[in-house]
Amino acid sequence: MAVNRDSNGYTFAFAIALVVVVGTLLALIAMWTKPFQQRNDEVKKQLDILSAMMNTDSLGITRKNAEDEFTKYVDLNDALVLDAQGNIKEGVEAFELDIKKEFKDKKLDKKDRNYPLFIAKKDGKTFYILPIVGKGLWGPIWGNICIGEDMETIVGASFGHKGETPGLGAEIKQQFFIDRWIGEKISDENGEFSKFEVVKNGSGHKPSKVDGITGGTITSKGVEEMANRSMQVYVSYFKNLKQ
Amino acid sequence: MSDIAENKKTPKEPLFSKKNKKLVTDPLTDNNPVTIQVLGICSALAITVQVKQGVVMGLAVIFVLVLGNLIISLLRNLIPSRIRIIVQLVVVASLVIIVDQLLAAFMPDVSEQLSVFVGLIITNCIIMGRFEAFAMANKPWPSIMDGFGNGLGYAGLLVLVAVFRELFGSGTLYGFPIFGDYITGSGLYSIGYVNNNMMILPPMALIIVGVIIWIQRSRNKSLIEEH
Repeated sequence: MAVNRDSNGYTFAFAIALVVVVGTLLALIAMWTKPFQQRNDEVKKQLDILSAMMNTDSLGITRKNAEDEFTKYVDLNDALVLDAQGNIKEGVEAFELDIKKEFKDKKLDKKDRNYPLFIAKKDGKTFYILPIVGKGLWGPIWGNICIGEDMETIVGASFGHKGETPGLGAEIKQQFFIDRWIGEKISDENGEFSKFEVVKNGSGHKPSKVDGITGGTITSKGVEEMANRSMQVYVSYFKNLKQ
Repeated sequence: MSDIAENKKTPKEPLFSKKNKKLVTDPLTDNNPVTIQVLGICSALAITVQVKQGVVMGLAVIFVLVLGNLIISLLRNLIPSRIRIIVQLVVVASLVIIVDQLLAAFMPDVSEQLSVFVGLIITNCIIMGRFEAFAMANKPWPSIMDGFGNGLGYAGLLVLVAVFRELFGSGTLYGFPIFGDYITGSGLYSIGYVNNNMMILPPMALIIVGVIIWIQRSRNKSLIEEH
């Protein structure tokens, strides 16, 4: 006589066994793939920093050669970490920081967040790359803003998102949106921070104003918020540096 | 009950018997999961903007469907009938998580492109539909064939819809420009051709699927349901 498959005992036993087997299997796979995934994240970070500075697509920089290209332009020994007041913080590795995690961490005081600053050199010019993180409509958004040698003009940017609406909020990744940021100044003539505004009325050509994306208002506003919040810190650092 | 029926079937069937082959070929045409069973429409709308995404999604669904059908079929005599849907769900969900983890580890670019769509595999009704309708009542080998056939039928339709949408919506196929360069305005674009943005939007996928269903049923009248 076989086991009664409709009995409560059998149902429970089957459910428990299934959960244990599946749980163990998934845990093992997660452990096995973790180092590969972390490695991919690192390469992605390098690629994001590079793409803020130049057009990685047309230069043929992909995940495969991102690491070599990264070391060609960016010297991690030059990279800095700033505190919320824009002062240099010693003893923290800029590349190791996970600012997405810090942004999400509710326990961490806003004043204790770290602000990494990468310094790149290309064709004898210096570029400052500022990573930023924020919140879109559905989830996290992030980006890198590249500031030119004058420490005030945006010369490039790259944005990313986890799951913004395709065709609407997800368009922040597109070149046309990035182009709207290029040429904007992050500080006024006194070196003070000038706030960005993402606008709907097409007045994006004015200083410190950027046209938003139709149908992607909340995501566009998210970019505005993250840019303003982080840029303030970097501007106070640049101000000290210029004096 | 099913045990008894199976035990009686003593003569061994060849692996690629006519019946088994039919399991693969039927879903490609007259029993297509999308156009005839009308399952998996949601992902057919979401993922058909580009052929490449359609191919990857199709492969992922084939993988999950074949393995899932096999696992469910092997367990079919052990699964308590009262919790069978939950068990099927656990099997799909864990297979999808495995696919997701492996993609993130070894094919990061593809994983980024698919991002939210990988999760959509779990909710793809084709998978639960095949588990419940076929794998729960059939032996492992036919179940594999059935999973492969239905996955292929789904992938085929996805690619077919994506070809139309990518060609007329973006002017490319599998990422290669067909009509010339849109940005610099070469090729067809120089004589005033423009991409149809409507093709990129989800409603157009629904219309294309509708047209395919229409063509298929008008060619094969036996597929039309009586009302």
